Amino acid sequence: MKEIYMDNNATTKVDEAVFEEMRPYFCELYGNPSSMHFFGGQVQKKVDEARNRVAALMGAAADEIVFTACGTESDNAAIRSALEVYPERRHIITTRVEHPAVLTLCRNLSKRGYRVTELNVDGEGRLDLDELRRAVDEDTAVVSVMWANNETGVVFPIEEVGKIVKEKGKGAFFHTDAVQAVGKIPINMAASTVDMLSISGHKLHAPKGIGVLYVRKGVPFRPFMVGGHQEHNRRAGTENTAAIIALGKACELAGQWMEDENTRVKAMRDRLQASLLELIPRARINGGQAERLPNTLSIAFEFVEGEAILMLLSEKGICASSGSACTSGSLEPSHVLRAMGVPFTCAHGSIRFSLSRFNTDEEIDTVIRELPPIIRRLREMSPFGREFLNA
Amino acid sequence: MWDYTEKVREHFLNPRNVGEIPDADAVGEVGSLACGDALKLYIKLDDNKERIVDAKFQTFGCASAIASSSALTELIKGKTLDEALATTNQEIADFLGGLPEEKMHCSVMGQEALEVAIAKYRGGPVPSHHDHGHEETEGEIVCKCFGLTDTFLRKVIEANKLTTAEQVTHFTKAGGACGGCIPKIKEIISEVLGAKPVEERKKPEKLTNLRKMQLIQEVLEKDVRPMLWADGGDLELVDISGNEVQIAFRKACAGCASSGNTARFVEMKLRELVADDIVVQEVEG
Repeated sequence: MKEIYMDNNATTKVDEAVFEEMRPYFCELYGNPSSMHFFGGQVQKKVDEARNRVAALMGAAADEIVFTACGTESDNAAIRSALEVYPERRHIITTRVEHPAVLTLCRNLSKRGYRVTELNVDGEGRLDLDELRRAVDEDTAVVSVMWANNETGVVFPIEEVGKIVKEKGKGAFFHTDAVQAVGKIPINMAASTVDMLSISGHKLHAPKGIGVLYVRKGVPFRPFMVGGHQEHNRRAGTENTAAIIALGKACELAGQWMEDENTRVKAMRDRLQASLLELIPRARINGGQAERLPNTLSIAFEFVEGEAILMLLSEKGICASSGSACTSGSLEPSHVLRAMGVPFTCAHGSIRFSLSRFNTDEEIDTVIRELPPIIRRLREMSPFGREFLNA
Repeated sequence: MWDYTEKVREHFLNPRNVGEIPDADAVGEVGSLACGDALKLYIKLDDNKERIVDAKFQTFGCASAIASSSALTELIKGKTLDEALATTNQEIADFLGGLPEEKMHCSVMGQEALEVAIAKYRGGPVPSHHDHGHEETEGEIVCKCFGLTDTFLRKVIEANKLTTAEQVTHFTKAGGACGGCIPKIKEIISEVLGAKPVEERKKPEKLTNLRKMQLIQEVLEKDVRPMLWADGGDLELVDISGNEVQIAFRKACAGCASSGNTARFVEMKLRELVADDIVVQEVEG
């Protein structure tokens, strides 16, 4: 069965051009970029080129790019660095809808004496900037607010957030987890209030195991990983050269495909959304009124449970994900949907489709054809769904 | 992805006995939309009202909840009520070739629905473990998020020989949301294992009138009203005079045929936690 892959916020296919770019750096060009000989030196050149390509996608300078092992590492490194720079400050601000990479860290820190403010969102997943304005004070060391939400695709007004942090905070750092945003929407660090920004390679058609922490020039940084002098003493450990080179290529391609992402991919998402709403009663879009990433659709169906939907979709080769409890082994719907106050009648029945440039209109047609009968079937089986169908 | 057995998959994709029995002899309903899974079980008996001739179900939930419901109906068909009652959640899981431990609560839900259906049919006390879907609750609520009582947890712990709080979460969901009750779950486990007796909530020896009134209010707020809310009911404390506590029922409890039972339940609670001689009176108000 050929898969219809619509779970690109979870991970993406490595672009074949990206794979070709990295292929020689395993068995042939395996030198260590730190070596003095020509054999390592030629790899160093490719790593530099990759750094330039990553910087170019986000309007940054090459020396502001630090390669890490993943988005989670970047998030941890940024927040911990800020706390080390300001050892006397005890306040961290984040949001209730962050990825666990940030949220779990902040909650752990709160057990170790830090004061953590988790900003609320409204029913559409939008941030309350007034709450932020009230929260930032001179004790604030770092504000970490994601650029775009992985579950709903809701995009936060990052520059407005940054402006408040700069105005109200006494030098508080502004970090953003931009793992879902980079490559999907244009970002420009040259004209930004962001001090530190996290990227994950495997969300933009590079392999897993490579991430980036952008650190603005002039922003003091205390490394999380210490050892060798790699990455200008900002991240010790031998460079993952093949993955770095792959990420460089992936960023170059993302720049080229940016328009397609925001036109054709967005149009596919919009069509999928409109058709499902039309064909399936009692469905709602999570974050539908907010500004969203062009590729993400989080849709909730009342009276049915997400895992059951996913398994029936999977039988048809369709890969999506869910904000429901049962898929994760947790027993509650996702923290994002709960923070948004999604009604409990449908929080358990939320499904996320996240598209990429590799999706086609035919695949969208297939989902539009296959999903409505699945929902109907599960509703017929559900005691609540039946009450609704009979009414 | 969950490592479901082929049998779980098969019973999820082709569930047996989905639907309703309009003239069912017994119906058992457990779970809710908020909890993320629910099961409504219908049982039809033969003319002698001895043997189960048909069983059907409606389930809201994940793949293993649907498969467990399907397995349950297959297991009980043809059995007498007593034979059916002997069905354990482990048998449901075994019928499916096993369930991931995190999903064992699905099999427990099946067994629960069966117990509720049969108890209701027989007219005895309904073994309610959840604070919703049933008329009354026995035991004290331990897990507030999922509304689970100590009686229920104790039973599942014993039947499945559970030894850790994590297992209890997997089998019952208790402790799986806010986690606030995990210490209490651990106490219950050690109690069941006989390791250490747990300190019981005792009523005080002597009370001033003021303290007694405060305590009555506290018990009504914390122990009684939340249970009534779960069934859409409520009560109001009208007056306290000596040992006499006057209450008025509200919402679903007002005019409910079994409000007399509810009043006795309130009295029992107050006697247990405040003073032996309390008398509860239902008043209009």
